[in-house]
Order: sequence, then structure tokens, then C-alpha cells
Amino acid sequence: MYSFEPTEEQQMLIEAVGKYAVNDLRSAAHEAEESRELQKKLVSKGWELGLLQASVPESYGGFGERSAVTGVLALEVLAFGDLAGTLAVLTPSLFATPLLLVGSEEQKLSYLPNVIEKDWSPYTSALMEYVFDFDPNALKTTATLKGDDYILNGEKAFVPFANDAEEILVYANLDGMTQGFIVDKNTAGLTVGDEREKLMSLNALPLYRVTLENVKVPVSNRLGGASGHDFELILASMRVATAATAVGVANAAFEYARDYAKEREVFGVKVAQKQAIAFMLAEMRTEIEAIRLLTWEAAWKLDTAKEDAYIEAYLACTGAADMAMMVTDRAVQILGGHGYIREHPVEMWMRNGRGFAMFTGLAIV
Amino acid sequence: MPIEFEAPKPITQAQFMLKTVGEEMIRPKSRYYDEHEHEIPWDYIEFMHAAMKAVGGSSLAPHENGSKKDKEEKEKYPPIGYQLIAAQIESLAWGDLGFYHCLPGGGLGAAAVYAAGTPEQKGKFLARFNGEKPTFAAMCITEAGAGSDNSAIRTRAVLDEMTNEWVLNGEKIFVTGGDKSFTEYEKLGKGYIVVWATIDPSAGRAGMRAFVVEGGTPGVKITKLEHKLGIRCSDTAAISLVDARVPFDNILGSATVEKTTKGFKGAMATFDATRPLVAASGVGVARAALEFLKEKLAENGVQIRYGLPRQKLTSVERDVIDMEIMLKSAWLMVLKAVWMADNQKSNALEASMSKVKAGEVTTKITQKVVEILGPLGYSREFLAEKWFRDAKITDIYEGTGQINRLVVARQILGYSGSELR
Repeated sequence: MYSFEPTEEQQMLIEAVGKYAVNDLRSAAHEAEESRELQKKLVSKGWELGLLQASVPESYGGFGERSAVTGVLALEVLAFGDLAGTLAVLTPSLFATPLLLVGSEEQKLSYLPNVIEKDWSPYTSALMEYVFDFDPNALKTTATLKGDDYILNGEKAFVPFANDAEEILVYANLDGMTQGFIVDKNTAGLTVGDEREKLMSLNALPLYRVTLENVKVPVSNRLGGASGHDFELILASMRVATAATAVGVANAAFEYARDYAKEREVFGVKVAQKQAIAFMLAEMRTEIEAIRLLTWEAAWKLDTAKEDAYIEAYLACTGAADMAMMVTDRAVQILGGHGYIREHPVEMWMRNGRGFAMFTGLAIV
Repeated sequence: MPIEFEAPKPITQAQFMLKTVGEEMIRPKSRYYDEHEHEIPWDYIEFMHAAMKAVGGSSLAPHENGSKKDKEEKEKYPPIGYQLIAAQIESLAWGDLGFYHCLPGGGLGAAAVYAAGTPEQKGKFLARFNGEKPTFAAMCITEAGAGSDNSAIRTRAVLDEMTNEWVLNGEKIFVTGGDKSFTEYEKLGKGYIVVWATIDPSAGRAGMRAFVVEGGTPGVKITKLEHKLGIRCSDTAAISLVDARVPFDNILGSATVEKTTKGFKGAMATFDATRPLVAASGVGVARAALEFLKEKLAENGVQIRYGLPRQKLTSVERDVIDMEIMLKSAWLMVLKAVWMADNQKSNALEASMSKVKAGEVTTKITQKVVEILGPLGYSREFLAEKWFRDAKITDIYEGTGQINRLVVARQILGYSGSELR
């Protein structure tokens, strides 16, 4: 059957997450972006919503079951509040969700309860690298088997909370295959950059460069155990998450521009009463809906292990990047000069908007 | 029901069957009827009528007054009537958009009766599509001076109280299937056209009504069959009405004019139901074109490397991937709109958005496919150039892309027609 209706449970979750997103994340977003600081309290409060906890079974310290669809619904609403805050709150899932998806039983038992049962703590992962044509399936960082260890070499970019991370899930190229390795932050050869990365947006999210120089990782810390794992499932789950956050940010920009256009007077009418503006808004809303549904379907295909789930996740993510850029750009355009001023959030959303083409690796469902 | 995208069995079955029809029966004749405009594909019409009768549904209008067994089934399964129709239309249009319009049944005419008719009218005007012979119905709205602005309609209906008949006068154009619905062909059952007219020109929209005019009614004449850019096997008629008399009971909606536009809006609700269906037909054409492109690329050893960053893709790969995003998301928007209709959720916004999106992606995809295929796309040896021509109508009829943007904009802004003109 086709159905486009979240379950009652999901509806309740959306409402709870939505309140936090608007009342907490959104109201703190401007200050956080300007000061490059995210209040710990804010992140903890988001963590207490239990999004990750609810996707982990009881046997590993959680109280639920992972559903990509639920994850997508939650991310849409969270990112509607603020993207940097969203990514911060869910950083631990970058470590926990891949373990849950493809980790060995031993790895799940030894790490997941630590992540899940505590307060928010900086477990993270390192996928991205500093090249223009970054390709998650062709990493420059290498892993080589030497005796009972893998030796990791390379440089990782945009690693959230790397400075005080407890464990980092590092992705590296093992014989042409992308594989994850659980690396303790204090392992010799792993260096976290002194300075935080400075990007066009996400100022509130502490991101770091991480270098690996002959970092020794025991075979047992290869994600999935000695025989490794399927990376495509992880990547698709990241892409769907990226698409969902793009939908959230685009929706925020759309609603803000719509409300502004209904207030702003020009030539004796509201600017929204001009077709030039009204049509822009209609197209923004239409494109958001298009990508939103594609993302939902991709997530559903992941949940039901459909053959073309990975392709659809890729399509959703690719489409989301274009959609978010178009929508956020137009939001600034509709506000005109005011859109360019940092007092209004649309310029920040526009900076967010360009990022979705490269944010894969910063969120996962 | 949680969020789900599994096509129900009746839909996958219909898709499978109609794919065969498309491949075996429609595609081989596509070019012929494109080049022989106004010839009627009788074999196809008769085959489809017989086939639809055999599977128990001879019209694309949702069924009314189902049997007891149907009702029991309905309680067990959520309704999928419009979803099934959308899937059928998409599949048929994949075969050929013009042929889809030659599918016997009530089409937009029956949809108007279904949306605005009384139970008696539904009984009288919907049953005929299950008859012995294939039967058509059509909708006449557009006039030379009234297209998207259909409140500007000048066709007049006056009640003759002596005979209790409506007397209709006016000129209608762009009537899809008007010839097959009105002209009395031996091979067809008696059809009808649904004519929009005003019963009170001073009342504007409040005075607009639709009238069922039976095929062959004296005073009504097909004055012209248009020559078109595409969908050439679908007839597009101009119809004149000179003192055409129809029974009093053939008016859809109330015969009295109230000061509100409720009657007009009610009739406009027809479009909430039919817009996603027209969108579905566009998606079918776009899918045909994109599949053909991928087939030709594969024949020439061009693989689409899904999953690569854009920086590593060729221009052709990027185009194909972008087109797949457009096509899939447009189809999902259609599905959501018809799913809402099936579940009695108000879908004015979603219906118009699906039409905006489908109209746009259908024209874009077919245009891009011809471009990428180069001489193979431009040549009449293949059908890509025909799909390019067929596609354009999907962004025009049943509300142009611009009118649908206006509808979407009014919805999202909460504006009336006078606030956002």
C-alpha cells in the first residue's frame, strides 16, 4: 500500500522534536553562529529527546528499534530549527549508528551502552577529506594490514567534536574498499588540529582536521570485525540523513520568506501579492515537497532493504542539494536587501544551503 | 498506516498488463497515428473496451455504488481508486499519450458528473460506460476568450419555462475527445459532452454551471478538429451550440443562483481530482523518453555511475541522474495527491503542486532526451521527437503551469483570487 501518514508515535515524536527545534535550537541559532559557541545545555536537552536512544535496542542500552523513516522525519523537524545544532545533538549517532548497522556483536556490546546510557558525549566519526572531488568510495586515507593491526595513514576533514572525542570511527581505504575503524582518540599517531575548521557556515559546530600517521588499530576494531562490513548501507543512511536536513533547512527558509512577503508592503500591496514573488514561493514549496517525498521513499527502501535503496538515497541526496540551494537563495532574494543582513536568518540558511552538496558524513539515520 | 511505498497488487498487476498493451498494441501504431491525424484507432479502442469490461472496470472514473462484497472489501483494505487510475494513466501514457486520450470511458466529462452530480445523475450518466460499445464523454470549458480564466465564459444557458429545458448558446474550443463523445459513430455507444455555461451573466462565478449535453443533440455542431503539435490521435474539437435544448435535470449543481461562489468552487473541485491524473499522464511520457535514452546509452556502452560525486560524472551522467530525480519525485507527488483523494483528505494544494511539477519535468525531460540523443532524438525514425511534441501539452491543459503556480501560491499564502490575481 501507499501511505504518506506518519504513525501516531512518529507524530508525537515530531511534535516533541519540533518544539525543541523552534523554541531552543532556532532561538539560539543566531547567537551560536556569531559567537561560534553552542551551549552545552542546549545540546544536552536535545540529546534527552532520545532520538538515537530510541533507535537502539534494549540489549545495547537503548529502548527501541532503528527506522530510517523515523530518523528522516525527526531530522526534517530538527534542521528546521537549526542545522549546526542538529548536527551537534546527533554527532554521537555518527559513531553509534554504523556500529548498530554493521558492527560485530562484540563491538555493539562494548561500545553502544557507553554511548547510549550516558549524557551526550562526543563520540564521532571521520569520513570527509580535503579534496575538491571528495568521493566516499575512493578515500585517500589508507588502511594496511600489518600482523594483527591495521595501519592508518591520511588526513580527515570536518570531524565534529574531534578535540574531546572519546572514540572516532575513522573511514579509510582498504584495498579499494571503504572500511570503518574504531580508533581511540589517544592512540599514538592520531593528531587533532589545534584550530577549529572555519567554514562558510556551521560556525557553532566544532569541526576539526584529524591527521593519522601510522596509527595502529587492532584487527578487532575494524568495523564489523575481522571480515569487515558493507559500507554502502552506511553511506546511503548518511545520504538520506543529509537530504532530510536539507528539507528541514529549506522549509525554514521557505516559511520565513513566505511570512515576510505577507508582511512587507510594496506599491500599496503586500509583496506576496505580486506574482513574481508568489510564483517563486510556489516553486519553492513544490520543490521541497518533491525532495521530501523522494527522501521518505529512500528511507523506506532502506528500512525494507529494497534492491535500489542505495541508488534512491543517492538520488535523494543529490536532488536535495540542488533544492536547498535554490530555495535558500530565493529566500534571501525575496527579502531583498534585508535578506543580506545577518539580523535575518535567511543568509545563514543560504550558506547552509550550499553545503548540502558536501555535508554527507555529518549526519546519519 | 505508516509511511509506505509498496505498490498494492492491483496496481502492479495493472502496470504489468498495460505495459504489454503499450508494447504490443500501442507503440507499433504510435507513428502511424501521429502521421495520420484525425484517423481513429478503432482496433485499440475496441480492444481496450473489451479488455476493461473483462476485468470489471470499463471506465477510468471511480466506481459508484459498489456491491456488498465491494463494501466488505473496502472495509478491509484502504481505498485505492484514484491511485489505481493514476497508475493506469501513467502506464498508458508511457505507451502513447494520444492513445491514452482515445481510451474509451468518461474521462473529464464523467469526472465532472462524479464530482458535482446528484445520485440520480450519476446513475444515469455514469452507467453507460459499462455498455456493449465503447463510449466517450468530454468536458467543454474553454472558449476563444476564456482559457485559464474560465470565469470569463460567455456560453449562456437560459431556462425555457414552457418546456422546462435549458437552451444553450455559445462556442467551445479545445474539447479533448469532443468528436468521439458527441458524433454518433456506429462503433461507439451514445456519449455526451459536459458544457460549462452561465445561467446568470451578472453573477460572475456564482452563475457558472455545467450541463450534460447528449451526443447528437440538435443545434450542437462540431465545427472543427484542430491540427496539433502532438497527441495527434486524440481529437480536439471546436463545438458550437445554437439554441441547443437539454432537459432541466441535466444541470450539474443547483439551478438557482446564490450570492456565493460555492457552486463554482464545487465544480472546480473536479480539478483537484483530475489534476494529479493529468500529471500522471505526463510522468508516463517522461518515463518513456528517459527509458529510451537509457536504453540507447546502454547500447552504446555508456554506463550511469550512480553514487559518484558530481565532480567525477560526465555531463550526460549528470543529466540522466537529474532527470531520474525529477521523474521519481514527480511521480511521488502524484501518488500523494491521489492517495489524499482516496482518503478524503483535501488535496487542492498537493493536486496543483503535482501538476506544476509534472508539467515541468515532462517538458524538461523530453526536451533534454532529444538533445542528448542528437540526430537519433531529432529523427522521426524513433519516437523521442514525438514524445517531445506530445509532452508540451501536459504543461498546458488542465491548467497551465502558470495557473497551477497561482493556485499553489494562493494556497500557501492563504490568499483569495482577489488578493492574488
